[in-house]
Amino acid sequence: MLKNITLGQYFPGDTFIHRLDPRSKILITIAFIVALFIAHGAASYAVCAAFLALCVVISKIKAKALFSGLKPIIIIILITAVLNLFYTQGEVLVSFWIFKITKEGIFAAVFMMLRIVMLICGTFLLTYTTAPMQLTDAIESLLAPMKKIKFPVHELAMMMSIALRFIPTLIEETDKIMSAQKARGADFETGGLISRAKAMLPLLIPLFISAFRRADELATAMESRCYSGGEGRTRMKQLKFLGCDAVAAAVTILFVACVCVLKHFGI
Amino acid sequence: MAPVLKVENLTHLYSEGTPFERVAIKDVCFEADKGEIIGIIGHTGSGKSTFIQHLNGLLKPSSGKVYFNGEDIWASKETVHGVRFKVGLVFQYPEYQLFEETVYKDIAFGPKNMKLSEAEIDARVREAADFTGVTEEMLQKSPFDLSGGQKRRVAIAGVIAMRPEVLILDEPTAGLDPQGSEEILDNIRYYHKKMGSTVIFVTHSMEEIANTVDRLAVFSDSQIVMQGTPREVFARDKELEAINLSVPEVTRVMLRLKELGLSLDASSFTVEQAKATLVGLGKERGLC
Repeated sequence: MLKNITLGQYFPGDTFIHRLDPRSKILITIAFIVALFIAHGAASYAVCAAFLALCVVISKIKAKALFSGLKPIIIIILITAVLNLFYTQGEVLVSFWIFKITKEGIFAAVFMMLRIVMLICGTFLLTYTTAPMQLTDAIESLLAPMKKIKFPVHELAMMMSIALRFIPTLIEETDKIMSAQKARGADFETGGLISRAKAMLPLLIPLFISAFRRADELATAMESRCYSGGEGRTRMKQLKFLGCDAVAAAVTILFVACVCVLKHFGI
Repeated sequence: MAPVLKVENLTHLYSEGTPFERVAIKDVCFEADKGEIIGIIGHTGSGKSTFIQHLNGLLKPSSGKVYFNGEDIWASKETVHGVRFKVGLVFQYPEYQLFEETVYKDIAFGPKNMKLSEAEIDARVREAADFTGVTEEMLQKSPFDLSGGQKRRVAIAGVIAMRPEVLILDEPTAGLDPQGSEEILDNIRYYHKKMGSTVIFVTHSMEEIANTVDRLAVFSDSQIVMQGTPREVFARDKELEAINLSVPEVTRVMLRLKELGLSLDASSFTVEQAKATLVGLGKERGLC
């Protein structure tokens, strides 16, 4: 029951998007987000949507999978839309009681919704097409200049990969402990808020203890293999920019330029 | 006599209805009578752990029925909840489920969920502690200050304290040293003798099974492929080997001796039986 959590879920594949260097994918995603915030007016939003659609089609990720990620934030999207609808000043179209709907408000609401939806879909596309380990490698590599100011880049990346690695393990463990306590008559499903929170204790305590135990064991295992941080460490899989990255970069630059030009003309 | 537990054509599919659908157990029929000790053996991934989780209603069968004392356990929400107390299930590595401040409180968790009176809970905790060799001094300690073997016994006591009519243990001796394993098995045998309840236990060790059970069921590839007394099952050593299981070491020795030409009854599966057979043979030939 806990196994169907989508958290940075990766759909393996062998498309142009999958083959891109993870660093390019992160940079392209950032460029896409920036473009989304520059965009102003129907034409520039259309260009953004077209770019996103192109990426989705190439990556062969099913639109259904992409939209399923939107479910948890649907309420946030709706609240943003409603607030924009009522709180934007401008030419009044409809007014009742204390509410006024303006022409500008409708545009703002629609564009804000589109912006959030595309933002989420874009970042989901990144995690759907990039294995979590590749992502952390890319983050480490992209943040490398920060080492100059003594920022612990390697440690941060290592923590991220360890955290990602242990999510499935902990989910499995939670399932197991839950079953074991249920076998002793624990009830996780019924009762009020307080009794339900209390019922979580027999689950959380063993879970925390085992998480600490695992962390301890992992630290020992790493130390006994002489792990001493990022200093002088090499990689088995080196990240390399290839021809396809150049193509992707060119397309992205063209896209951002397009949005900027359209914004200049205000459409 | 009607069986305590009866399983009819049980099938369980994991991730049913998705592309990841996988058969965990397929068309399994099984019965357990009152007071029996039954062993379940099988390779890793053969479906035994999934199977036992059906017996107390933790997993719902995809198809098929599970009856406890003649009643379908999935008949209503109350029957499922009730059956958890009557069919006690001790998971693999149960020491990881301990959570209370003291051993006493942890053992009392099950009886408390049964909404028993304080006095009844106290009696049951002490009884369970006695069965599993948990001392008075240990009861007041934190479960996290105990050794691995002690924690395991506390966890088993936590299930026994519910006085289940059927006690199921999933590899109760996994990861313990031989002495610790033997102690736990002794505890289980003692509990069974004293309470007369049905005990079902899953194990990898043929020696443990041979010494303890009345009957055993062999799982392979999501199905029960053999059922019978240890003598009956271990006589089919070639078939067991075909599914990557083996007969107890001592049985293997006896079978090899028979192969080498000694005329003896090779179906012994404990060291004592083998010794008796060999001594008898020696006497026959005037060697001792």
